[in-house]
Amino acid sequence: MLSRRIIPCLDVRDGKVVKGVRFRDHVVMGEIVELALRYRDEGADELVFYDITASPEARSVDRQWVERVARVLDIPFCVAGGIRSVDDARAVLHAGADKISVNSPALERPELIDQLAAAFGVQCVVVGIDSLRDGDGAWRVRQYSGDPGKTRALARGTLDWMIEVQQRGAGEIVLNCMGSDGVRAGYDLEQLSVARAVCRVPLIASGGAGAPEHFRDAFNAADMDGALAASVFHSRAIAIPELKRYLRGQGVAVRL
Amino acid sequence: MSVVLVDAGGTNIGSVRYALQRLGVDAALTADAAAIRAADKVILPGVGAAAPGMARLRELGLVELLRSLTQPVLGVCLGMQLLCAHSEEGSTECLGLIAAPVRRFVETAERRVPHMGWNTMVARQPHPLLAGLGDADQAYFVHSYAVAVGEYTLATADYGGEFSAVIARDNFHGMQFHPERSAAVGARLLRNFLDL
Repeated sequence: MLSRRIIPCLDVRDGKVVKGVRFRDHVVMGEIVELALRYRDEGADELVFYDITASPEARSVDRQWVERVARVLDIPFCVAGGIRSVDDARAVLHAGADKISVNSPALERPELIDQLAAAFGVQCVVVGIDSLRDGDGAWRVRQYSGDPGKTRALARGTLDWMIEVQQRGAGEIVLNCMGSDGVRAGYDLEQLSVARAVCRVPLIASGGAGAPEHFRDAFNAADMDGALAASVFHSRAIAIPELKRYLRGQGVAVRL
Repeated sequence: MSVVLVDAGGTNIGSVRYALQRLGVDAALTADAAAIRAADKVILPGVGAAAPGMARLRELGLVELLRSLTQPVLGVCLGMQLLCAHSEEGSTECLGLIAAPVRRFVETAERRVPHMGWNTMVARQPHPLLAGLGDADQAYFVHSYAVAVGEYTLATADYGGEFSAVIARDNFHGMQFHPERSAAVGARLLRNFLDL
């Protein structure tokens, strides 16, 4: 049986892993390779590295650390941040990343998703979606969320965008529920469940993990394929081995 | 021991190469027929689609060469599928070394495609390639097409139905998962291949 995935997310800024609250006020959490290996040792199923400033600064991800990670890491990892073209993606994949994730550039130019899927296959192509509920109750997409000063609210509905990116060739979607991110009060189960209903590819929950029960709910209540979290792992508030044992006890298929 | 990675344009070549380095083997990346023929072990990696994968092998003039190899050969992921007879992906004639069809996963509400993540493998036949594989061992899979279970199946995995996780016929072997990204389990299976 396919295991549900536990995915630590490492936000990378200036070559270090950082973490902010509600996408703001970033503090340095540690060295990239060191943290990557720590999570591998603890039983992380996959890692995601977001170069959070690449997109707002209109530059591509720095390949050097991708290659350093690829040399030592023996679990899959995905790289996101400023991948704007097939050439950018190829460079990151050739440096050793298993998947690339696009977010803001795909909103600028949706056909980028089609091009990436055609060039590398859908299994390499992850689309990250930053979503926030507006005053009228609708979830809409945000762009350039790596930099609060540049974050833009779009008219595009989150669910419409999810459907479109699948049609264009997304092999996986990471849904960042910005309203719950960083506050550790649980994943946005309401939004995730609605998203699940329109998502036929693997769907990863992001934003809000604070306790083992939150992971259980993401899997058992919202049927997520994976759950992504950052601060609870970086701060050691949740240890991955204990989390996985707990989840197995709750009937969640996990890799121990 | 000389190991070569066939450069068929796959994007996971770097990862496989690094995994071999972690096992102490420096594999050359090559599309040169003489170098491939002379190697002790040949690995055919590959991420992408079957039709461009085969087109690339034809362009490089490697199709007949690969068919004629007698040393241990390992296809990884798409590389494994290319060893088979035919792939539904782009209705592609493959190398025909292992008489098994490659079919797309039928998508259902419970079975999302691609099959992506860690899944348990079950050994179906004793084989040195599976030495040390435990009952609960998992490997990392990322694929939308799979090789049907048949006489060449060494190990299976289950994703709304069983499919081939590891196959072999004579000197040709295939792993549907990514051993280079399957932690200690993957390292063990790669080691097993190097030890064949």
